[in-house]
Amino acid sequence: MAETTVASKTVKLIITRQDAPNAQSYTEEFEIPYRPNMNVIGALMEIQRNPKKKDGQATAPVCWESNCLEEVCGACSMVINGKPRQACSALIDKLEQPIRLQPMSTFPVVRDLVINRERMFNALKRVKAWIPIDGTYDLGPGPRMAEAKRQWAYELSKCMTCGVCLESCPNVNDRNSFIGPAAISQVRLFNAHPTGEMNAAERLETLMEDGGIEGCGNSQNCVRSCPKGIPLTTSIAAINKDTTKHLFKKWLGM
Amino acid sequence: MKGNSYLSRKIHSLLGVIPLGLFIIEHMVTNYSAFEGGAEGFSDSIKFLNDLPLVFFLELFGIWLPLLFHGVYGLYVAYQSNVNTGRFQYGRNWAFALQRITGVITFIFVFWHLYQTRFQVMIGEVKHEELGNLMHDIASNGFYFVLYIIGVLAATFHFSNGMWAFLVSWGITIGPRAQRISSFIWMGVFVIVAVMFLLSLGAFRGDEFKEAASAALQLTNLV
Repeated sequence: MAETTVASKTVKLIITRQDAPNAQSYTEEFEIPYRPNMNVIGALMEIQRNPKKKDGQATAPVCWESNCLEEVCGACSMVINGKPRQACSALIDKLEQPIRLQPMSTFPVVRDLVINRERMFNALKRVKAWIPIDGTYDLGPGPRMAEAKRQWAYELSKCMTCGVCLESCPNVNDRNSFIGPAAISQVRLFNAHPTGEMNAAERLETLMEDGGIEGCGNSQNCVRSCPKGIPLTTSIAAINKDTTKHLFKKWLGM
Repeated sequence: MKGNSYLSRKIHSLLGVIPLGLFIIEHMVTNYSAFEGGAEGFSDSIKFLNDLPLVFFLELFGIWLPLLFHGVYGLYVAYQSNVNTGRFQYGRNWAFALQRITGVITFIFVFWHLYQTRFQVMIGEVKHEELGNLMHDIASNGFYFVLYIIGVLAATFHFSNGMWAFLVSWGITIGPRAQRISSFIWMGVFVIVAVMFLLSLGAFRGDEFKEAASAALQLTNLV
């Protein structure tokens, strides 16, 4: 009964599409039936079910990536109405129509809205964003972490490598080797850990090389865009302080 | 720039404050003497500067070389940045874009300004005592006057906002509150420095600079 009244309502979408990594991008318009509490993923699923453009012509279903559907995995990042964010937490009711979906083109586009975030994972490897505990014998329990420290460090651990901060950063582009805000914040997280701290200098030194922390130009878009509300600019400034101290200590041979 | 861009960027950042930030303050104070003390005050200030010991080396290591490095590397930094203020219209993102735009404007302005003033002194076209007169001629030209206002505003914004960024990049202002307070302070500095520069620029338009300089010229001619 209720279905007849809501079926007349539709959702309009304009999606930027790309058939292959090196292909030219183009836009297609879609108009799909509205359902209450719909999110952008739901709209994309609807297009997948019935891959027809607004004018009724058949087209290839739109490709996208998604996983957890609760804004913790970072897979469904895309540019929605001009802002990079997660498609799963982008509710249709709260978006201005037509909804414009674009891939986060700071990253290589694989197809349609699917991007390759490999550079972020490479960055995490570069800065050793982990705690080395493997040894040839039992190393025993590590030192304890103060509760006050754990609380702010937990906020940094919410990073899901979604790439939104890199997309919003004017200094992440092909002319600049900047590592991006996410990895710098992870250095702060792992340097704050009592066991991770033992490799703090190593992580700082990676950020004091070409393509390290110096690429940050303080536009602060990252902290305004982060879906998890991570204090990225505070992390960057804190690591600026640590790298500066490390630089002087090295010069003085301390 | 291969090898260590971290060091180059850090040197760029440091030179912007020491000595270039200090120099712009010194320049402001010297110019302001034209507003406060008129032609006589201005020529006294110039005399004081020329009487400084080792003035050639002060200029070389305090101005020329740092300016060259900061300027040229700064152009490279600007080249490496995108402008995305259309998508992200946040105050700090505008400041980021303006920092690069004013940097390029300041680069061009400083070279032109150096050619008009310091270079003319160097090749002997103009004497130190005649600089007031020279500035009077420049400031009285409506077109030059507007270009100088643009140049001065660009340079002072670049200095003030650069100081804000310096404090972040060296890890002095870390938290959002410290950075917010710092931005208020440096925008206040921007207004004060800009007003003082503009007042002195206006003062150069006064007739006394024309007369005083020609009097000085006559004196040297007599001798």
